Amino acid sequence: MKSAAVAIVGAAETTELGKIPGMSQIQLHADAALNALQDAGLTLSDIDGVATAGESPTAVAHYLGIAPNWVDGTAVGGCSFMLHVRHATAAIEAGLCHTVLITHGESGRSNVGRAGRAAAPASLSGQFEAPYGGMGPTTSFTLPVLRFLKDTGTSIEQLASVVVSQRQWAMKNPRATLQTPITIDEVLSDRVIAYPFTKSMCCLVTDGGGALILTTAERAVDFPQKPVYLLGSGESTETPMISQMRDVTSSRAFRMSGARAFESAGITHSDVDHLMIYDAFAHLPLYGLEDLGFCARGQAGAMIASGETSPGGSLPLNTNGGGLSYMHSGMYGMYALQESVRQVRGSAAAQIKDVNISVCHGVGGMFAASGTIVMSGSRFR
Amino acid sequence: MIDFSKVTTPMPTPETAHFFQGTAIGELRLQRCDLCHEVYFPPRPFCPACGSKAVSVFAACGQGRLLSYVINHRPHPAFEGPYAIAIVVLEEGVKMMSNIINSAQTPEALRLDMPLQVVFRTISDDIVLPYFEPVGGDS
Repeated sequence: MKSAAVAIVGAAETTELGKIPGMSQIQLHADAALNALQDAGLTLSDIDGVATAGESPTAVAHYLGIAPNWVDGTAVGGCSFMLHVRHATAAIEAGLCHTVLITHGESGRSNVGRAGRAAAPASLSGQFEAPYGGMGPTTSFTLPVLRFLKDTGTSIEQLASVVVSQRQWAMKNPRATLQTPITIDEVLSDRVIAYPFTKSMCCLVTDGGGALILTTAERAVDFPQKPVYLLGSGESTETPMISQMRDVTSSRAFRMSGARAFESAGITHSDVDHLMIYDAFAHLPLYGLEDLGFCARGQAGAMIASGETSPGGSLPLNTNGGGLSYMHSGMYGMYALQESVRQVRGSAAAQIKDVNISVCHGVGGMFAASGTIVMSGSRFR
Repeated sequence: MIDFSKVTTPMPTPETAHFFQGTAIGELRLQRCDLCHEVYFPPRPFCPACGSKAVSVFAACGQGRLLSYVINHRPHPAFEGPYAIAIVVLEEGVKMMSNIINSAQTPEALRLDMPLQVVFRTISDDIVLPYFEPVGGDS
């Protein structure tokens, strides 16, 4: 029998999401952290470990007045928080610390107190990609998709159906940025950002934050919220350069992180009640479903277009509306984790019935890194 | 369509200098491991497949094919109108990002797997960059 050693006992997002021009980035971290502490019934002095990305853990700990015994500043992009959960679980299990606070805050839209992210001209991407006119994620994350569509036999309409499916979830979520229904035709006829991607196929650009609190599974039962146990996890990296993916139609980091997470949790695909796949762009759920093994190669488009992942379907996917419709501050992984926690607790806006196992899969950079977390409402399996 | 004087200028490092010395004389230089024969890019002074430091620089044949691309519609100071950003697979097996010049920047003109050949353009006093064009001229 497998037994979880660590659980999430506090989870919250910033009080507001969307446009928050009156708050700097570090304050977004703090707002989410204070909300998560309240959720857990803890105070700052209870925290002895801090992990974050975007800001340094030193800066976050100092700002919050925490004297940590353990810090993790792993910063591999939007899935950094999945890696923080994984590292914190190992640290708590090893006795390095007892109660870890993981924070995210990003002034992605309002740019209040946020550092720039341009590639250094002497970095490899600065030398061998930047000269060719890339404009960040909209042109690099998207670059593999024509090859993916051709090699897997996926249609552009199936790609657009990802947006339609996730909007159906967002329509059930009062905190989602976009809540109006959308059709495949509307997705495809929207303004072109980087062919074949239209604006609706690209994530939102918003402000927000989120925080998680982890402690031992033994202590977790004494907290006000239902514990969300950490059953398994995985992480990996591939390349910081989109042009250097080994196979542009499949992410090695996704495959490695996902396989390790399933193996360490002792679960199979049929055990999964709820799934989050980080969707900075519409093709990511297609890569995620195939690379995590939820369907055969080339089948993800049909799976989503058929409604299997939509409300009422057998595999609820991105039930908060995702980065495409809920919110996307830049490093979205924290919001995917928050939705998995809510679904396991039973407190989500679009709550799925009886979620015992939720898989939360993140990407960092442009297919550069990955982290996968398996959460459960049961400590033992 | 590209104002080469406004292209973002790379800053070579000791490990990549040979690449830009090559483009300056019309060579697209790659590296090959002397032990396991892996051909690789971008440049580094050891083989990423086996770790050997015994590696050689050689000139690629300059032929490749179009693996994937996007056509960017957002304005960029160095580019006029929508322009394609592509991943090219060289005949030697390595991939590189580039632009497809001497071609319409449309899905009709840019067909996946179309044959491409390298061409060189000067973007600053020190830097010449490799670009690619359709084999046989404008498609």
